[in-house]
Amino acid sequence: MSATTATAHAHTTHDHHDLGFVRTYIFSTDHKMIARQFLFMGLLMMILGGVLALIVRWQLAWPETAVPGLGMILKETGGILEPSTYNMAFTMHATIMIFFVIMPILAGAFGNFCIPLMIGARDMAFPVLNMLSFWVTATAGVIMLSGFFVEGGHAAAGWTSYVPLSAVPEYTGVNWGQNLWCISLFTMGIGSMMGSINYITTIINMRAPGMKLFRMPLVIWSLFITAILLLLALPVLTSGVAMLLFDRTLGTSWFKPSGGGEPLLWQHLFWYFGHPEVYILILPAMGIASEILPVFSRKPIFGYHAMAFSMIGIAFLSWIVYGHHMFVSGMNPRLGMAFTVSTMIIAVPSAIKTFNWLGTLWGGRIQFKVPMLFALGFVSMFVIGGLSGIFMASTPVDIYIQDTYFIVAHIHYVVFGGSIFGAFAAIYFWFPKMFGRMTNAALGHLHFWGTLIFFNWVFFPMHIIGVGGQMRRIYNPMQYEFLQHQQHWNVFITYSALLLGLSQIPFVINFFWSIFAGKKAPMNPWNSNTLEWTAPSPPPHLNWGPTLPTVYRGPYEYSSPESREDFLPQTAAPVGAPGARRH
Amino acid sequence: MLDWWLPENVSTYGRDIDWLFHLIYYITGITAILVFATMIIFLVMYKDRPGRRARYTHGNTTLEIVWTVIPSLILVILTFLSVPAWSKIKMQAPPPSDFVVQVTAKQFNWQITYPGPDGKFGTEDDKTLLDEMHVPVNKIVHVNLKSQDVIHSFFVPQFRMKQDAVPGREIMQWFEATKPGKYELPCAELCGFGHSGMRGWIYVHTPADYQKWAAENLQAAAAPAAAAADEKKAEEKKDAATPAAPAAKTGGKAKR
Repeated sequence: MSATTATAHAHTTHDHHDLGFVRTYIFSTDHKMIARQFLFMGLLMMILGGVLALIVRWQLAWPETAVPGLGMILKETGGILEPSTYNMAFTMHATIMIFFVIMPILAGAFGNFCIPLMIGARDMAFPVLNMLSFWVTATAGVIMLSGFFVEGGHAAAGWTSYVPLSAVPEYTGVNWGQNLWCISLFTMGIGSMMGSINYITTIINMRAPGMKLFRMPLVIWSLFITAILLLLALPVLTSGVAMLLFDRTLGTSWFKPSGGGEPLLWQHLFWYFGHPEVYILILPAMGIASEILPVFSRKPIFGYHAMAFSMIGIAFLSWIVYGHHMFVSGMNPRLGMAFTVSTMIIAVPSAIKTFNWLGTLWGGRIQFKVPMLFALGFVSMFVIGGLSGIFMASTPVDIYIQDTYFIVAHIHYVVFGGSIFGAFAAIYFWFPKMFGRMTNAALGHLHFWGTLIFFNWVFFPMHIIGVGGQMRRIYNPMQYEFLQHQQHWNVFITYSALLLGLSQIPFVINFFWSIFAGKKAPMNPWNSNTLEWTAPSPPPHLNWGPTLPTVYRGPYEYSSPESREDFLPQTAAPVGAPGARRH
Repeated sequence: MLDWWLPENVSTYGRDIDWLFHLIYYITGITAILVFATMIIFLVMYKDRPGRRARYTHGNTTLEIVWTVIPSLILVILTFLSVPAWSKIKMQAPPPSDFVVQVTAKQFNWQITYPGPDGKFGTEDDKTLLDEMHVPVNKIVHVNLKSQDVIHSFFVPQFRMKQDAVPGREIMQWFEATKPGKYELPCAELCGFGHSGMRGWIYVHTPADYQKWAAENLQAAAAPAAAAADEKKAEEKKDAATPAAPAAKTGGKAKR
């Protein structure tokens, strides 16, 4: 089945070089080009999201002083943030980082790049749909950006956009900004659905001969599960934002109590999407770490089946934990009790994964290459982010820390320390395959250590001020007497955030310098086992020559006694088999 | 030991929350130290050295079972330990009390309504204060929480109390303060451009002081006194509006 589909593609799709500039670089149906498009989009948006974060931090450390450089945009105030602009800044920081940075990079770029190459397919099952998925997402990004230029400013009701605040323009003074926010996320939801259907179909139908489900690399497992979550969770958000838009523009009252609507309905819809979403953001990073740790420990992953099943467990449980975002929302407290139980249980698969990662290091031959450093950084930061989640799972403790900076610290340990570290690990790991060039190791080390240190300086103290009671989303902590004694932490965090921003400069230099002038990458620079390393770097259109690879074993046979080398590719035929190839 | 971290607790159920907080703090802290120590030891011990081959192993079922069961047990125990406090604070009907105040949140104030001498809400002698609540110490206070526009959140850090006020709903909450003083009542849920600075004060009085305050401010005949109190409040607002010397205020605040 899979072989015939691939051959069909070979006939219907023209060769890479015949296509001309537009079909090769812009409206490309090649999964590798689409992956690069998603990557560039995510990285560009990350700059904007990061600048917004620094603006927010400036205001928190030195409230109501002019933000350097912002005077050019905010002419009326001379660069001083007003509360409404501040609300807009943190709302858009989160919206952009979640929907237009992490999702495009992890699910979009690495989903597209890895899935066909690592299962031995020539392209995605639906290449045109794949192209559409990118362009619909890019359109959503443009709509989101256009919101900055409309009268009344962009959405300012938080990325969670709780109703009725977001449902009635008078409550925030934001009119078209919030509408465009809804339209953009609606569009993004459609793009995501196109992508997820494609991923699921490709993984189910187009695996190379011998690539059984339990011979798939764990990153493919993680992307498979992510795609299922995307397919089922995003439509809930898509419908939710459509209802919100109707409330705002057509006079419906889904969420407005004045017309008989129910504000908590939005929160149920939002978090029913929102909690699987957290796993959509973290699962690919888990898969990436599970891919990189064995390669640079020269050792099989510890507990392959436990790793795969714990991800499946997370996927199921992620549907029944969302209520822990709503413990003090006015939801029936008995439900809160039930959500505590499920939330505590979902910590178990994450614990299993952590212990298995440690088990992978045990007895290995650990090489501290840059992708490995970021993967280790991912594991460490995810441990902190996971453990701080237990505070919130306990309902009584959550009463106190809900809506404080403790939550802000927690989410950033998970989505920055987790997802973004995973994204960096993936970029350094697959860069040679993606662009055919090696990255610079010295700049990579500089990037890693700067990011790791300043990341912790930014986000660890947020636990402390959160426990001290500082609420999230406040404009000026100095307005509260009980917070004034910890203001020095806010100043420290902001200095660290500026340094964290500067630490990304080596990455930008490295990325662009390496694309054009990096050392040419060999086919398999990390001596890795998986299929993508049997294709040239970068792989041509349709990835492999006339024959597709055949898979004989699992992906993590490092230091196997069967081979004199310390790796044994999935494609190496066993001794005695026809066409056996020994190293 | 971690008192410098959490603000001082002055409510009855706050102790239960703080106890759980510290329990989880130690469990997660020890876990983190163990995980990081193991990781660092492995990274040092198994650093790539020439001539050594990595151990070829695919896992260990016994270990998998051990590290599934132990965290599960700890988490189940934590769940059970969380039940009593949650049930006491939110799930069961509040302990009976004759002291009820109505709190109606709006952009960007807390409107605190007392029933007046007749003890009933919705009558003419109701008395509504803006951004201030007065309660006696060691008395169970019922707070009937409402909102007239968007979602707000009634947060008293020193009481370890938080509850969203949802338009269209009335949510009954309670607290019992254990120490007289003046405590801040910030809004903890983003409610618009004035969210930051939406803040009230809860004055916890000794019973005698409370009687005095109530006689002056809540009785029907107390109109002039109430006006005087309003004036006093306006002055306090002015004080609060000049946070120019935070350091000086901070010292006094912790020992209030």
